[in-house]
Amino acid sequence: MKVVTPSHIEEIKSIVKTGKVLTDESDRFSYSFDGSFGTFLPDVVIQTKSVEELASLVKLANREKIPVYPRGQATSLSGGPLPVKGGMVLDLSVLDDVLEIHEEDLIAVVSPGVLTADIHKAAEKKGLMYPPDPSSSHVSTIGGNLAENSGGPRGLKYGVTKDYVIGLEVITPEGEIIHTGGRTVKNVTGYDLTKLIVGSEGTLGIITKAILRLLPKPPASETIMAVFDSLVDAGSAISKILSSGILPAKMELMDQASIVAVENYEPLGLPVDAEAIILIELDGHPLALKDEIKQAAELCYLVGARAVRIPKNEAEKAEIWKARKLVSPAIVRIKPTKISEDATVPRSKIPQMCARLQEIRDKYNIHLVVFGHAGDGNLHPNIICDKNDIEEMRRVEQAVAEIFTAAVELGGTLSGEHGIGTMKAPFMEMELGPVGLDMMKRIKKVWDPNNIMNPGKIFPEKGQKLELS
Amino acid sequence: MKESLEELREEFQYNKTNSCVQCGYCLPVCPTYVTTRIETHSPRGRINLVKMVGEGKITDLSVLEEPLDLCLGCRACETACPTGVEYGSILESARAALVKRKKFKAPVRLLRKTMFQNVFPSKTAMNVIGNTFWLYEKSGLQKAMRKTGIMKKLPYHLGEFEATMSQAVSPAERKQAPSKAKAKGEKKYTVAFFTGCIMDAMFHRINRLSVQLLAEAGCDVIVIPNQTCCGALHAHSGEIEEAKRLAKQNIAAFEQENVDFIVNNAGGCGAMLHEYDHLLADDPEWADRAAAFTAKSRDISQVLVACGGLPNLRSNPEERVTYQPSCHMTNVQKVTEEPLNLLKSISGINFVEMEQANMCCGSAGIYNIINYDASMDILDEKMKHTKATGASVVITTNPGCLIQMKLGIEREKLSDSVRALHLVEYLAEAAGIS
Ligand SMILES: Cc1cc2nc3c(=O)[nH]c(=O)nc-3n(C[C@H](O)[C@H](O)[C@H](O)COP(=O)(O)OP(=O)(O)OC[C@H]3O[C@@H](n4cnc5c(N)ncnc54)[C@H](O)[C@@H]3O)c2cc1C
Ligand code: SF4
Ligand code: SF4
Repeated sequence: MKVVTPSHIEEIKSIVKTGKVLTDESDRFSYSFDGSFGTFLPDVVIQTKSVEELASLVKLANREKIPVYPRGQATSLSGGPLPVKGGMVLDLSVLDDVLEIHEEDLIAVVSPGVLTADIHKAAEKKGLMYPPDPSSSHVSTIGGNLAENSGGPRGLKYGVTKDYVIGLEVITPEGEIIHTGGRTVKNVTGYDLTKLIVGSEGTLGIITKAILRLLPKPPASETIMAVFDSLVDAGSAISKILSSGILPAKMELMDQASIVAVENYEPLGLPVDAEAIILIELDGHPLALKDEIKQAAELCYLVGARAVRIPKNEAEKAEIWKARKLVSPAIVRIKPTKISEDATVPRSKIPQMCARLQEIRDKYNIHLVVFGHAGDGNLHPNIICDKNDIEEMRRVEQAVAEIFTAAVELGGTLSGEHGIGTMKAPFMEMELGPVGLDMMKRIKKVWDPNNIMNPGKIFPEKGQKLELS
Repeated sequence: MKESLEELREEFQYNKTNSCVQCGYCLPVCPTYVTTRIETHSPRGRINLVKMVGEGKITDLSVLEEPLDLCLGCRACETACPTGVEYGSILESARAALVKRKKFKAPVRLLRKTMFQNVFPSKTAMNVIGNTFWLYEKSGLQKAMRKTGIMKKLPYHLGEFEATMSQAVSPAERKQAPSKAKAKGEKKYTVAFFTGCIMDAMFHRINRLSVQLLAEAGCDVIVIPNQTCCGALHAHSGEIEEAKRLAKQNIAAFEQENVDFIVNNAGGCGAMLHEYDHLLADDPEWADRAAAFTAKSRDISQVLVACGGLPNLRSNPEERVTYQPSCHMTNVQKVTEEPLNLLKSISGINFVEMEQANMCCGSAGIYNIINYDASMDILDEKMKHTKATGASVVITTNPGCLIQMKLGIEREKLSDSVRALHLVEYLAEAAGIS
């Protein structure tokens, strides 16, 4: 049953003077998915660039108790923008007018619909850098990145989205427009609402503008590739380098399954008999880099690297990083369904987590591929399966639950970057404890008394379980 | 008629939609998404609609009509897709499945039948079109008509397209078109030339120049009789059976001669020829013959490069040149370097690359006629980037693109300072061939 009635649609149309109100069946289906699982039809999809119109729509929704779902480009891997309870989807990707770089303040002011990669480009033009670099940067919106608190390989040295947001404009679930933070890096006036909104997955309000901090772009970068005969040794190498005083910009891991998958997909001459390779990028002053590269190479040998390769030119560098880039596309050629987890552990626990993952793989007889931002403990255990095979999906569900348990037991977390959404909600209590989870629920209740803003996310419903089959 | 889900899945190629992981990597390259900003008109959206049919969630198939109609079929999404979704193939089967069920209004049905079964494949009919253009241009009628503004009132905006037609060739000249040309100097290859239906009728001169350039580069060229339309327009409109029939006729015709390559000069036709093997893969009698045909099919730029290029190409120093690649050449035939290499081999050429060159111009077969408004939005984007290059010559490699770029130039009122040419025309100019 639709929660939005024809008279609501009339009212919505009278509010939206500058945009589009989509209600056709084809449109409703086209806003029913994201990069994860499930099909949920919204009753109406609204596109407008006007913040005032958006605020009026939220007021209407709050009054009529119609669920509202902010949406960027729907690349979420955890179900964030899915309209699970019907209602209105607000497509914020069209709200993309502002992209200003203020060099003198080292900040950027952006609309939520701007693609993250466009911020990278604009900053770089002025010799600056916006460090958060989720691999979906060229298709995901900054609004989505803020709501999911996204991160990427550079998180190791530079941190994630939340470390670069200093101010926001937000429409509250009751339809008011507020401003949090400001244009200064230092700001201790009251509670830090900016950081509360970042990572709230669209459940506390709609971000309509953001002020981001920028850094000067490092003058140079170097890359190393180290090859290991044991995954656990590779894990140790990561911990060793990180405790040696060197802080690489990126440190990425590929296990044997991902190496083989990439070679089958596009032969690049990778060592398919190795159990793991790590790719390291260092950035900074060219003179300092020379030294650090040598030191990192020696450390890799020390913990048992079979070979270390330092590319001599940009082309060779690009070749090495290409291998990492191809992992995602390569592994889905094995089987069509990819369950992409992002459980994260403290850096020192990386070797243990690698060992636990291998156990889980064998126990449930699943196709598990481990790769990702190993340097910050954010391993990406990906399970490659076929969603049409129900028996297999049951095993996958169990394996996923066990991966979460392993991460939490090792002092880590369910999600390093993809967010909770619908997929991980059932596991929240395991990590937070009943009181921790209840405090979050209370915050939500105060912000959104009618529970209209992106309902069904983060907080588990009674008896909710992970269901992939 | 109630159909089983299994049947629908088969017909719509549901299994192929499963390799779409909904990552959205195809959104920024899709011209219809970029211009509409609506997911329904994105590759991910279209694939999802087909998926929903396969999952029994969409039962009213008319829901798919508009989104699929508005797709250009440019297949830029395939090139961008990290997981290798076979979008072209999904689109083709979905369109065929829709056409099969659709009850066209009588006049439209008749028009479709006439155009697809009788006009494009028929040499005589296409000759009539070509001749009409010639007469029309030479008689001065064209000028007169343009002055009256009558052209603007033609249905389907055919008037605007009329403005882009030029240099039609007289019927006598078309009849005399050589059926053979001998390699200049040492012979490197023997090739058969694919004339194409629209190309031959409207751009006959480009075909003639193509044969001359091939000979110049060292090819013995044969123009085989009995060849017909490539079938691309049919396949893209869901008329798969007719496309197969034409493919078979071509394969049989070209089997008559033993050649190294089958050369075409139209990116769209070339893409179709390039996929005859897929089209007939399930037909035991034809699968191998189709594969042999496809293996020999080449774009003219590939053959010219394989011959070692053309000697003594000289540019006009006053001109600045840019290149608008044909989508089907880039995304289906995967020919991207050769045209650029040929252009860059012209001594002294002032070449500027266009931003977003790989974005479709909105021509897409007969898309610009059927979906005029959507096509013009896409063309406007293209012209923005074209103008930014400051080029006085825009090179294309496909007749549809050529007409569309000429139309873009007219619309921007740039006809006095900018011209659109087929690569072959420009190379001929540079080689001093007229
Ligand atoms: C191939 C691939 C690779 C990926 N790689 C990474 C990676 O390396 N690191 C990473 O962190 N993530 C990654 N992701 C996940 C995803 O890209 C990120 O979560 C991204 O931030 C989502 O952005 P989006 O614009 O698509 O937002 P959506 O998916 O549309 O929405 C995400 C969430 O944000 C909310 N939201 C969106 N806009 C607003 C707004 N203006 N105000 C309030 N709430 C809003 C939505 O309600 C939803 O909860 C990847 C995804 C894919 C498909
Ligand atoms: S073929 Fe072209 S227009 Fe159609 S979905 Fe793909 S990119 Fe878009
Ligand atoms: S890029 Fe490929 S996998 Fe990703 S959404 Fe588009 S078609 Fe699907």
